[in-house]
Amino acid sequence: MSGEKNLLEIRHLKEYFPVNVGFFRTKPLKAVDDVSFTIKKGETLGLVGESGCGKTTVGRTILQLYKPTSGEIIYDGEEVKTKAQLAAFRKKATMVFQDPYSSLNPRMTVQDIIAEPLDVHGLYRTKAERRERVLELMSYVGLNSEHASRYAHEFSGGQRQRIGIARALAVNPEFIVCDEPVSALDVSIQAQVINMFDELQEKLSLTYLFIAHDLLVVRHISDRIAVMYLGKMVELADAEEIYNRPLHPYSKSLLSSVPVPDPQEARSNQRIVLEGDIPSPLNAPSGCPFRTRCPYAQEDCAGSMPEFKEVEKGHFVACHHLDEVSSMKGGLVLRGTMTG
Amino acid sequence: MSEQLLEVNDLHTSFFTDAGEVRAVNGVSFRLDRNKVLGIVGESGSGKSVTAYSIMQILAGTGKIVSGSIKLDGRELVGAGEAVMKGVRGNRISIIFQDPMTSLNPTYTIGHQLMEAILLHTNRNKQQARERAIEMIRLVGINEPEKRMKQYPYEFSGGMRQRIMIAMALACEPDILIADEPTTALDVTIQAQILELMKDLQKELGMAIIMITHDLGVVAQMCDEVIVMYAGSICEQGTADEIFYHSKHEYTKGLLRSIPTAENNGQKLEPITGTPIDLLNMPKGCPFAPRCDHAMKICLRERAKRIQINEDHQAGCWMNERPDSSGEEAS
Repeated sequence: MSGEKNLLEIRHLKEYFPVNVGFFRTKPLKAVDDVSFTIKKGETLGLVGESGCGKTTVGRTILQLYKPTSGEIIYDGEEVKTKAQLAAFRKKATMVFQDPYSSLNPRMTVQDIIAEPLDVHGLYRTKAERRERVLELMSYVGLNSEHASRYAHEFSGGQRQRIGIARALAVNPEFIVCDEPVSALDVSIQAQVINMFDELQEKLSLTYLFIAHDLLVVRHISDRIAVMYLGKMVELADAEEIYNRPLHPYSKSLLSSVPVPDPQEARSNQRIVLEGDIPSPLNAPSGCPFRTRCPYAQEDCAGSMPEFKEVEKGHFVACHHLDEVSSMKGGLVLRGTMTG
Repeated sequence: MSEQLLEVNDLHTSFFTDAGEVRAVNGVSFRLDRNKVLGIVGESGSGKSVTAYSIMQILAGTGKIVSGSIKLDGRELVGAGEAVMKGVRGNRISIIFQDPMTSLNPTYTIGHQLMEAILLHTNRNKQQARERAIEMIRLVGINEPEKRMKQYPYEFSGGMRQRIMIAMALACEPDILIADEPTTALDVTIQAQILELMKDLQKELGMAIIMITHDLGVVAQMCDEVIVMYAGSICEQGTADEIFYHSKHEYTKGLLRSIPTAENNGQKLEPITGTPIDLLNMPKGCPFAPRCDHAMKICLRERAKRIQINEDHQAGCWMNERPDSSGEEAS
């Protein structure tokens, strides 16, 4: 399904937010710290990690909802830099937000919500054309035309998320950042929306950056998966590869923490339960950010951030002690008390 | 071997709103034995939390237990009065809530809040309560309990706050712990810690847990027995293995099919069609019938009684009463 051509290339992206730590003193919160990756045309790249790891910030910074502190965003071979480039980029790249309740304006009708990007970019000549396009978009996401003049509060969560998706599709985008689009939905509705993402991708040849914390959902929808921890990318590989053979100790424990909906497997599973909490990104550990919770951490991990390098074809990982990590099999159950 | 602690029989709980009566719990019956973990799964609005709140009798203003019985050790709790319930809550049955961020009072120290619960429910004096609080903080795996006693909730992370809530709930050694989506607000690695902790404590203290969740993964991992709820009623009930591997209700089957797993990876998911039910306009027959692919005429007219599939399994679905349903069912 995915071609070889890179649609989007991110190079050394950094996003620091200034945080007040006293009178006239600020400290940078490194939400995204030197992240590089590519997304091929037609593929879905899943981005996973726990809260505060910077996955949402990556998505928003790519669309430049936040101005990147530094780094390059290269779309279709061209860097997105000037205002004109950004305006053109935003016609090709849109976003679906997490919360279908707060991301729709309660005072607008569904057709106005969906048509807003059309209004902004001036993508129609007549009222009739606008209406026609709105109805077309609604049919893409399985909404009836009679819903057009209703308000968002009249819809259930799943239907609202459909409205949000129709809005994202309005400008005929090539690339969509999906920021936790199904995590607010019930299981039975979630599956409907996931299938819809699949169908739309096929029909409209879309490329997705799919951000989520639900690893089962991400595995289902993604071609490749990237794992983030405290602003850094720690591993990136094909979806199946990362599930069957994760290399980074954080990916290993993250994947083994997912409760599998299968009682027999759950009973036999050896889980790696991590100690402690995720440190605050304001006081991120020196060197490798994972070292404070890592069962394999050694002295040199505090020294420098391990390089994010390709260890096998298409499998990138950032860890100083890969050999030791891979020589120890799973089944290492760490339990313990928390510090800090 | 199994000692019955709690028995709920034909429980009906409604909320009387301006828009009409919302039947949140509609004829729920189950029993809970000592040392068991019972999972209640369902989607939003299925009545799983209201069932728990009914047991504790902590329903919001408009909510009321309309009929049914809740027996703890054979003693009726419905209509027993506030005085009796005060003796039950915290002492015999404790509850922890979904959101550890809002369940603690931000203006008091952790120690104060833990001691308050202990002083209220036991005869300990202040010094003993303090010792007990410190012991509990240690028990849930937090270092330096003396120092932690003096800290405020904002100084704790989400996972640690949930640990404190567990410490508080267990401080008076209840027989039953109700956990209402205890890990939904937490990250997966923290969720794994909390679930491990709950399992360990359950074994150590020998209590029963009612685990309310929408996450079938959590159920598979934690629960001995499972109740599946939809629109205020129990669809199906049985041991975890029976529910996951030999499901006999179309809703449970649909729910299991709609989650992404290793098996259906790369294929289309099979979602349950339609939208969740409106509790104000409940259909006459099976509440799931409007969304069910196999709905028959009788499903729209009448609700199927729960029948015993085998010793460990009950389900209420007309599909099981068809003459050809005895063997392996084609889904």
